Amino acid sequence: MSYASTAGHDEHHDHPTGILRWLTTTNHKDIGTMYLIFSLIMFMVGGLMILAVRVELFQPGMQLMQPDFYNQLIGVHALVMIFAALMPAATGFANWMLPLQLGAPDMALPRLNNWGFWLLPPAAILLTLPFTLALFGIGDGAIATGWTFYAPLSVQGGIGVDFAIFAVHILGISSVMGSINVIVTIFNMRAPGMTLMKMPMFAWGWLITAFLLIATIPVLAGAVTMLLTDRHFGTHFFNAAGGGDPILFQHLFWFFGHPEVYILLLPVWGFMPQILQTFARKPMYGYKAQVYSFWGIGILSVVVWAHHFFTVGMPVPALIYFMFSTMAISVPLAVLFFCWIATMWRGSMTFETPMLFAVGWIILFGIGGLTGLVLADVAADAQYHHTYFVVAHFHYTLFAGGIMGIMAGVYYWLPKMTGHMYNENLGKLHFWLTAISFNLTFIPQFFLGLAGMPRRIPDYALQFADFNAVSTVAALVLGLSQLLFIYNIVSCARGGKKATDRVWEGSDGLEWTLPSPPPYHSFTEQPVIK
Amino acid sequence: MATHSENHYFVPNPTLYPVFMSLGIFALAAGFIFSMNSYEAGKWGMLAGAALIILMTFRWMGKVISESESGAYKHWEDKSFRWGMIVFICSEVAFFAAFFGALFYTRMISVPELANFDPDFTMYKDFTAAWPSLGPGGDVIRSAGALESYAPNPDFSPMGAWGLPAINTLILLTSGATITWAHWGLVKNNRKQLVIGMFLTVALGIAFLLCQAYEYYHAYSELGLTLGAGVYGSTFFMLTGFHGFHVTLGTVMLIVILLRCMKGHFTPERHFGFEGVAWYWHFVDVVWLGLFVFVYWL
Repeated sequence: MSYASTAGHDEHHDHPTGILRWLTTTNHKDIGTMYLIFSLIMFMVGGLMILAVRVELFQPGMQLMQPDFYNQLIGVHALVMIFAALMPAATGFANWMLPLQLGAPDMALPRLNNWGFWLLPPAAILLTLPFTLALFGIGDGAIATGWTFYAPLSVQGGIGVDFAIFAVHILGISSVMGSINVIVTIFNMRAPGMTLMKMPMFAWGWLITAFLLIATIPVLAGAVTMLLTDRHFGTHFFNAAGGGDPILFQHLFWFFGHPEVYILLLPVWGFMPQILQTFARKPMYGYKAQVYSFWGIGILSVVVWAHHFFTVGMPVPALIYFMFSTMAISVPLAVLFFCWIATMWRGSMTFETPMLFAVGWIILFGIGGLTGLVLADVAADAQYHHTYFVVAHFHYTLFAGGIMGIMAGVYYWLPKMTGHMYNENLGKLHFWLTAISFNLTFIPQFFLGLAGMPRRIPDYALQFADFNAVSTVAALVLGLSQLLFIYNIVSCARGGKKATDRVWEGSDGLEWTLPSPPPYHSFTEQPVIK
Repeated sequence: MATHSENHYFVPNPTLYPVFMSLGIFALAAGFIFSMNSYEAGKWGMLAGAALIILMTFRWMGKVISESESGAYKHWEDKSFRWGMIVFICSEVAFFAAFFGALFYTRMISVPELANFDPDFTMYKDFTAAWPSLGPGGDVIRSAGALESYAPNPDFSPMGAWGLPAINTLILLTSGATITWAHWGLVKNNRKQLVIGMFLTVALGIAFLLCQAYEYYHAYSELGLTLGAGVYGSTFFMLTGFHGFHVTLGTVMLIVILLRCMKGHFTPERHFGFEGVAWYWHFVDVVWLGLFVFVYWL
């Protein structure tokens, strides 16, 4: 702890208080906290949207809303959850934990860091503003194309598409700024002696994430820019009559969109082995194998994009290539699963809330991965494409693999961040309610998809009614049980049992050598790693 | 703690620039959206947003320059800026890759496919694959109601490579050489060579932009080549336009660096601001070579 005691304020720093503190801060913990709170708020916003959708789907026929509003809700739900809930949560953890884990005084580019966060609220406002504008007779609501913006529907859409395009632009700038910061921090701010292969796994996960963001987010920006000029300035990128091709948009979009899945998951894969080793009380298994798997998955993820539209009409050699390259991803992913399980193997495990989430995450994310393998099969995909099977599959990867993983991280690090222990019983209750209601929501959707129920349609045939009713009731329970999560976080931030520096008996890493909560400047003097 | 200053990383003071920058971007974006959708008030939002962005860029960069001149940045911070600039340029490469990708896709896949449909099932019976292409549906586009206002001119001529574009290539390549010459001056502490080299680079940058502006004027007024001239016009203007936008930004940055050089900023050992802009300028140069080969020449 010798270095912790030297942590103090820079003499030339004068820190504003109140709202100005948060507007102007260059401190990685303040910025990380803002990211996490923003993420939690947008998680609730996106959740409310989809609960309205689920209630509409409770019975066949149209009950609550017009089909166009339904389309707006599902599209904005996805954009909010991906860009405004999951990505900021991962960036929030990066801000909080990378300097602590690497033994750095702060992130490498603190002012840029502040900008990266403060781009998010304007983007979120742009994304959701059209709902409000429509009430005042301006435009016809938010983007109604689904989150994928497919042309030509998006070329013909209303003002909501323009809002979504610019929201994506601003979110993209934010992500690129965040990635620059992460890459520079990892390359330049590590404690002396911490070689790349001694870095915490979380830093590795985020490094690959940042590389993927730098490579793919600008492509999305280019794609939506072409969409904008097709809409308003007379270009013909996606118009066959002008020599363009709507499928070009799908290629550009999914060149970003597929790596995006790994952008959302890699940070979680980074800290999950740390949680597993903490509660199994033995070192993580296969550090090198995991790092190489990250690289393998990162590289493969940018060459497999077309499996998202196998049914669009591609030449057979292209189909075969994208099928096999997609399936090849399961090899490094299987290595990761093996390492996670081997980390627990014969450990002296206890099941505090983070560990419950971690173990549940392995199982549920495993289901997400295996059903993805089914969809990667060209012949099978012709049956499953654009059905609820796909919806269930990507919720197993992104809700279980992404959000439940983030929840594990929240419970794991909350005592470190706040200095208080959360309520363990409430946390466990939250886990069980979430895990059970999540499965009850989405397992029926696998069957609905196999039976042929298409996604993105507000009405359905009578035969699908029972499974939809189950799914809706479970989704409501899932939504309500997140109130426990919020209550637990808020009450933990406000008080509770004091957390020790190490918090968990088996925790290992530089962040646990600092007090809980850590001082304002993390490592004013860098620790030396042997 | 004798080693304090060397092991100390500079964490800047809290500032309001980033927040106001985001506010400016928000106003610009919202204003642009409204004016594109025929709400006149939108242009005021755009104006206010653009003004705020420019003001904040001045203030923010001014703050960074004063921090740099006061010696706040040492070797450690310098390394962060270098890495940051490299990663940023990588992201710019990816942005241009999207448009080059669109160009290759159209030339290699979509235009040939449109010409190869079964004649019994296509509305474009007489269309043959060629590049440059207006696409098969010149008349279809024109009669398509909403799209009428920007119907392509069926008689456009493509932009030749060996006139103005070749001169522009020479201009940009020369400017790459002059900025390197200026850099040598800086490293040798020959301030005169530095300032002359920077001045030449700025002049060449402006010359490039003037040629590009004339080329656009020529395309619109004489060649009938417009943004709406099929997918050729789309890719031509979007690629060269975004490149021109980057050259404009680069020229503005070069002017700032020129002024800083004239004020005596930078030392032979430490001049990241200069190098960052030089890297950016070389990047813009390389993109142009790609444009020259794939858009103008081949």
